[in-house]
Amino acid sequence: MTGILSYGAYIPKTRLPLSVIGGRPPKEGGPEKAVAWNDEDAITLGATAGIHCLEGIDRSRVDMLLFASTTLPFQEKQAAALVARVLDLGRNVQTADHTGSTRAGTSALRTAFDAVNAGSARCVLVIASDARLAAPKSGLEANFGDGAAAFLVGEGDVIATLDDFAALTDEVTDIWRPAAHEYTHSWETRFVIQESYTPNMSGAIAAHLKKTDSSISDYDQVAFYAPDARSHEGIAKAAKVSGAALVSPLFGRLGDAGAAFAPLQLVSMLENAKPGQRLLLGNFGNGADATSFRITDQISKLDARRGVEWNLSRRRVIPSYDDYIKAKGLAASEWEAGTNPGLSATILFRERDDDLSLLGQKCRACSAIQFPAQRICETCFAKDDFDKIRLSDRIGKVVTYTFDYFFPTPNPPTVVTIIDIEGARIHLQVVEIEPEQMKIGQEVEFVFRKIHESGGRPNYYWKGIPRPE
Amino acid sequence: MANKNAIRDQVSIVGVGCCQFGENWSQSPSDMIVDAAYEAYADAGIDKPQEQIDAVFTGSIYSNKGPHECADALKLFNKPVSFATNYCATGTDLIRLGVMSIAAGLYDTVLVVGYDKPKDRGVSGPSVVVDRVRDLPQTPAGWFSLAAATYFEKYGASREDLAKIAIKNHANGCLAPKSFLKRKITEEDYFNARIISWPFGLYDSAAQTDGAAACVLTRTDRVGEYKGDPVKVKGVTVRSGPNPQKDPSNDFLSWKPTAWARDDVYEMAGITNAPKEVGLAQVHDCFSLTELLTYEDLGFCEKGSAKEHIADGHFELTGDLPVNTDGGLKTFGHPTGATGVRMIYENVLQLRGNAGERQVPNLDGKFAVSHNIGGHPTACGIAVLGKD
Repeated sequence: MTGILSYGAYIPKTRLPLSVIGGRPPKEGGPEKAVAWNDEDAITLGATAGIHCLEGIDRSRVDMLLFASTTLPFQEKQAAALVARVLDLGRNVQTADHTGSTRAGTSALRTAFDAVNAGSARCVLVIASDARLAAPKSGLEANFGDGAAAFLVGEGDVIATLDDFAALTDEVTDIWRPAAHEYTHSWETRFVIQESYTPNMSGAIAAHLKKTDSSISDYDQVAFYAPDARSHEGIAKAAKVSGAALVSPLFGRLGDAGAAFAPLQLVSMLENAKPGQRLLLGNFGNGADATSFRITDQISKLDARRGVEWNLSRRRVIPSYDDYIKAKGLAASEWEAGTNPGLSATILFRERDDDLSLLGQKCRACSAIQFPAQRICETCFAKDDFDKIRLSDRIGKVVTYTFDYFFPTPNPPTVVTIIDIEGARIHLQVVEIEPEQMKIGQEVEFVFRKIHESGGRPNYYWKGIPRPE
Repeated sequence: MANKNAIRDQVSIVGVGCCQFGENWSQSPSDMIVDAAYEAYADAGIDKPQEQIDAVFTGSIYSNKGPHECADALKLFNKPVSFATNYCATGTDLIRLGVMSIAAGLYDTVLVVGYDKPKDRGVSGPSVVVDRVRDLPQTPAGWFSLAAATYFEKYGASREDLAKIAIKNHANGCLAPKSFLKRKITEEDYFNARIISWPFGLYDSAAQTDGAAACVLTRTDRVGEYKGDPVKVKGVTVRSGPNPQKDPSNDFLSWKPTAWARDDVYEMAGITNAPKEVGLAQVHDCFSLTELLTYEDLGFCEKGSAKEHIADGHFELTGDLPVNTDGGLKTFGHPTGATGVRMIYENVLQLRGNAGERQVPNLDGKFAVSHNIGGHPTACGIAVLGKD
């Protein structure tokens, strides 16, 4: 039976309190949104959700990767291929991007089930990720949040099966972002809600119930996309969803995560699910869809996952709107971003194993592990006699550190360390740590991040974060 | 097998020159090269350089013009002119190349010119390179400060100890006519300054300046042909090292290339008891902690004991082993290719007894050591001079 084998989520640790957008100080317990920081985008959020989903799972099982996002950093150049390299999934994995609509996440998930059922893939990693930008101080800005969810779909020890799926399509210019525009736009909110969101979302749920001959009360958990909290309430009331079954849309904690919104709702449901439960998930964007799932006994056997609650418990509150504007690159600066051609694509190509997959090498002669790839062993001088070894999923320890105030960054200092990882040493920036927390021996895990935008395009590498408890 | 005796006393320095170091806005690299070389010519009594100089070794980090920049400035044509770089050890390596060429019997008299012109770039600090995604940030303060957390934790040193080094070098620089910074600082100044890369603040870091320095080397058996009071080259070496950022065995308590170069050059020079036999030293204080580690790595004191020696004033002008008698990189700044040659200039003046207000007394029979370390750091150069 085809089903979900595993799941994971990633929500950036940074929170922008809505009060700060309004020019007021942060208030503990007040509404906030999760924001991708200056070294994060849809690729890095999605890659991290993928890593969380694959924790403890043999990555060689994965033979297809679908990446869903409306904020792909490249309009041409595939995100799924990049993320497959980051996850070290090998060259034989099939890859595709799903984009253009906040429904991209559920349509990718549906495609994964179809691919496995049709026999064209055995094990599909689906990642939905979004980091949408709204114009500063606009209404959309307060509602948007950033995040990513990932699911592994295949056969075997599935934790949830897909019961059924219903979809409506609709052509309406309600929420859109033309190519080359930085900000997502919206037509008048009342129009969007009355003529697009409400009829489509209600319609898809109704179509699904009719198709499956079920009623809303048959579902133990019900979750669906909404552009704002009030519209969410409206649908819940109209569809008669009970308070016990209704899953929180997380406005005020996370925000509308676009293509990742409904997938993150599914993660929320899975982390609270009991065997035998039925789940209903609605999604919206140029139409709407509704998917139902049934939880298996296997759910209790899956190791704890980094899901929505785990992510939401990690917070770093941004005290000023200026910091946010600087991190998003929206502040004026003396020098325009260079029109240089960027990093040498030839070098990036040659160093994919080091920079994207964080593969070290293990000397067959003396077993010493080293990074990056080099032809002569740093320890015993043996030549060209190494096995590749993935370091990205291992825990490193800080050998030494400094706080660099000279390197240009929106929020100095840059925390720089030498990390010992299985005997290899890596010069690594560490983020999401306060200088006073840093100590020799600090354990870190690796996170894939944007390093800079030389050449006007994102360039990625790894950083460390303190190992979460 | 390296012949450790091939160099000692074979080559002497008969002329030294150093331009005014500083923010030389109105001077080109060529202008500074001419200042330094003609001072060295005058010191040596060379009045027909086109006839008297057999070969030239020149080097810089920032220049992309190669050997022609120096050859053209000095109009030294139809000669072997070579350009070399070796990170911050470039100056010492240029001396080494010149010494080797004479010791090999190729030339009688050689000119060495180190220079750099970082102030033409429009930024106050070193260049921040962003041509890769790995190994960022690339800032020298970031590289050299990585030994601080480890050293402080193991030996109980702190910024208080680094402050004393900065205060000493600022005071010495006030006595050196050609230094850039001529201002004494206090501990309060030190602690009020902004941080560059912890624990390094403004006063832990070498200034950025333009400069050039030169020296004339000749066969020791022909020093009588020159006017300058000769100083012998006792030994000179460079050593490569692994990048500490990926070296699996780096302890971040010392820099390996310094210890390796020390063993080599002390054997060349016949130094067996450095604290007693070395009379003064110019060491690479790109950052205050680099100077501290070098006290130990050059064997001037035991590993871990630098802070007691600092507290005793051991390395001050009036101490037993004065270090950076002209104020070092701290007050001269660090025009990379020039620095090692500028240190030779200071050691020659000191050994001749011509260092004026900053003259170290009782140098008879003593060695003068100069030391550069550069890269991540990945290279070290050391030269040992002696009068006898």
